[in-house]
Amino acid sequence: MRQILLVAPILIPLAACAITALLWQRPEVQRRIGVAAAALLFLSTLALLAEVVTGGMVVGQMGNWPAPFGITLVVDPLSAAMLVITGLMALAVAVYAMGPGAAERDRAGFQPLFHALVMGVAGAFSTGDLFNLYVWFEVMLIASFGLLVLDRTREQLDGGLRYVMLNLVGTTFFLLAVGLVYGLTGTLNLADLARVAPQVENQGALAAAAVLLLISFGAKAAVFPLFNWLPAAYHTASMPVAAIFAALLTKVGVYAIIRVFTLVFAHDQALFGPIIGVVAMLTMVVGVLGAAAHYDVRRILSFHIISQIGYMLVGVALMTPLALAGAVLYIVHHIVVKANLFLVAGAMQKVGGSFALAKLGGLWATRPLLGLMFLIPALSLAGIPPLSGFWGKLVVIRSGFEAEAWLLASVALAVGLLTLYSMVKIWNEAFWKAAPAEAAAHQPAPGEWGRMQRFATFAPIVALCAVTLTIGLWTEPFAAFSLAAAEALLDREAYIAAVLGTAPVQLAEAVR
Amino acid sequence: MDASLILRVSAPLLLWVPAIVSLYLLIRGHNEPGGGFVGGLVASAGLVFFVISRGRQAALRVMRVPPAGWCGIGLLLAAGSGLLAWIDPAAGYLTHRWWFPDVGFKVPLGTALLFDVGVYLTVIGTITAMVFALVDED
Amino acid sequence: MEIALPLAIGVLVAAAAYLLMARDLPRGLLGFVLLGTAANLTIFAAGRIGTMTPPLVAPGAQALEAGAANPLPQALVLTAIVIGFGLASFALVLLRRAHAEFGSVMSEDMQEAEPPLAAAPPAEPAPTPPPARPRPVPAPAALREVV
Repeated sequence: MRQILLVAPILIPLAACAITALLWQRPEVQRRIGVAAAALLFLSTLALLAEVVTGGMVVGQMGNWPAPFGITLVVDPLSAAMLVITGLMALAVAVYAMGPGAAERDRAGFQPLFHALVMGVAGAFSTGDLFNLYVWFEVMLIASFGLLVLDRTREQLDGGLRYVMLNLVGTTFFLLAVGLVYGLTGTLNLADLARVAPQVENQGALAAAAVLLLISFGAKAAVFPLFNWLPAAYHTASMPVAAIFAALLTKVGVYAIIRVFTLVFAHDQALFGPIIGVVAMLTMVVGVLGAAAHYDVRRILSFHIISQIGYMLVGVALMTPLALAGAVLYIVHHIVVKANLFLVAGAMQKVGGSFALAKLGGLWATRPLLGLMFLIPALSLAGIPPLSGFWGKLVVIRSGFEAEAWLLASVALAVGLLTLYSMVKIWNEAFWKAAPAEAAAHQPAPGEWGRMQRFATFAPIVALCAVTLTIGLWTEPFAAFSLAAAEALLDREAYIAAVLGTAPVQLAEAVR
Repeated sequence: MDASLILRVSAPLLLWVPAIVSLYLLIRGHNEPGGGFVGGLVASAGLVFFVISRGRQAALRVMRVPPAGWCGIGLLLAAGSGLLAWIDPAAGYLTHRWWFPDVGFKVPLGTALLFDVGVYLTVIGTITAMVFALVDED
Repeated sequence: MEIALPLAIGVLVAAAAYLLMARDLPRGLLGFVLLGTAANLTIFAAGRIGTMTPPLVAPGAQALEAGAANPLPQALVLTAIVIGFGLASFALVLLRRAHAEFGSVMSEDMQEAEPPLAAAPPAEPAPTPPPARPRPVPAPAALREVV
């Protein structure tokens, strides 16, 4: 049963991708299968999380080839949490994608690509092998290419090309690093690497490979100075696509940084801690300043993704249990909130007619509920108590002060204030000020905004708001889980033992 | 699309000969060089010739199902072959299972073959999808 | 071989870096292909080089004989080649479409997603639509013949 649960998060989207590809002429059926598969994925990840919490790490060797030779899947508490949140996001976005524009999207092939993307993300979260991480990155990347240019507008082609070019180079760096790591250590299994890496003679070369990995993961996570592709591309995508991108893509890069730098390169923390710390700080500042300069809802939100990535990296920079727990809590909170904000932005565009703040207005008077649904994630993003963002920021900043990283912690505090500025800007312009004539006259086309579409748009938004409120008001279990996940991350010996056991290690030694 | 007369006439030959060779490569792949990936490439080389000489529509008629469908079937087969591993629920996904039905001689049938057929179909679907996208405006 | 391989990788990376800095995107794409080749050669070199027999288990034998090449880097390189091929051909299709749409493959002619900020001052945030570009120029005859 554990083996089935372990593979299910990859197999369910794979099957959904294949079946929806087979039903290319039946968009209606595709859509239903898409939602059903996403729901099944969410349930299976919940079961997997329960299994990890009660029975410990789940490890599987594909094809029964023993580690470190075969393909290993490993799900520890962090992976399990990420998988659950992936399932939740897949479900929310699959429902949302039944809303306005569904017919055109599905004709262009949204469903197979969407599930391929989810499969890539789930694979990246559950693999225990550096080369497989590369493969899953590429699965994700190819699917995201297709999704980004789904409507084939000029804007999308331009944004898509920028995204494609920068990411192609980023992943090639990853491949280069994989080659170097293999040459130095003779293995690519993460657990085996963790065992072998400290004993490598040529630590300088290994550090160079680690920097290459940091660059490629950083490009994926959109950290300073490798973030340019994100604000160039995300705002051109159609709304469900932008939401799933915002929720998951950059977080896979963050996850990869956390995984590799806590497991494999932990012995070099003195070198990488400060580097990641500086990167985290600059990412926070640049992202939030970029958001302050923009006046389009989608662009503001895109820049905020960048600034929030900085908070998550603080955990890896300090690498104390509390800091890592903060990072875990922050990622979980951030994915829910950020995806929700993009969903709300899509709804705002539907009812207000535009993404540009100048053309929006008066929504509080006409749509007070939408205003509330915006306020919950927006204030949570800014870290206002008692919402989920407050706890995430609190733990991150407190761990900064405890580790005596004064500058890092103060920057994190200041960036929180600036985040509030951007959110208030959207609030003032879109909801509070009087509607410009254009916006007041706008009415969503009735065929596009029927009962079904409204339900598909608002049900995920309400559900994600409820999750945000739950994390905010009932933080105890989430915080305890984050701390447990952080401790599991720092307990390298347990990870190595769970993956390799003892016999395969001797076998590996004999072969080497 | 003005393909040369020679190319147009020889197109069916260039389609079916590689297709047969590809099946041979697919079957011999388990213990010798060959396999689903190489076989799929050879088969799609024939299809690419066909697209170049006769155009997209003609190739679609030969394929019957659009490239995405080929990928879909291939992925389902490959992924499904792994499910048979769970005859023993504790085994890892994709563990090989073998049967040797006796029809005069023992035929080695394994899930690896099913997997390879899946790869074969997926490769054909992927390559033709790319070529179709490139000859969009014919 | 020990000298030739690093030299080849170095030359490939240098050429790739040069091409990636070009402003027209097909060159950038070629740069990516070269960089991918360099990465593959790196993995190949990481599996140790020398004269070795192919990693095929002889009929009747249970394991590889001593002196066989390391099969893992070959498997990795094969996977990486396939993925790189897929990515490059996707980028090529995208580039072709962009060429049909914009009539150019130079990155400065494609400013649709990020119009210069001067065109959209903060006080008047509605980005004025960029002036209509000339309709797509048909692909040069030479390109059509190739395709």
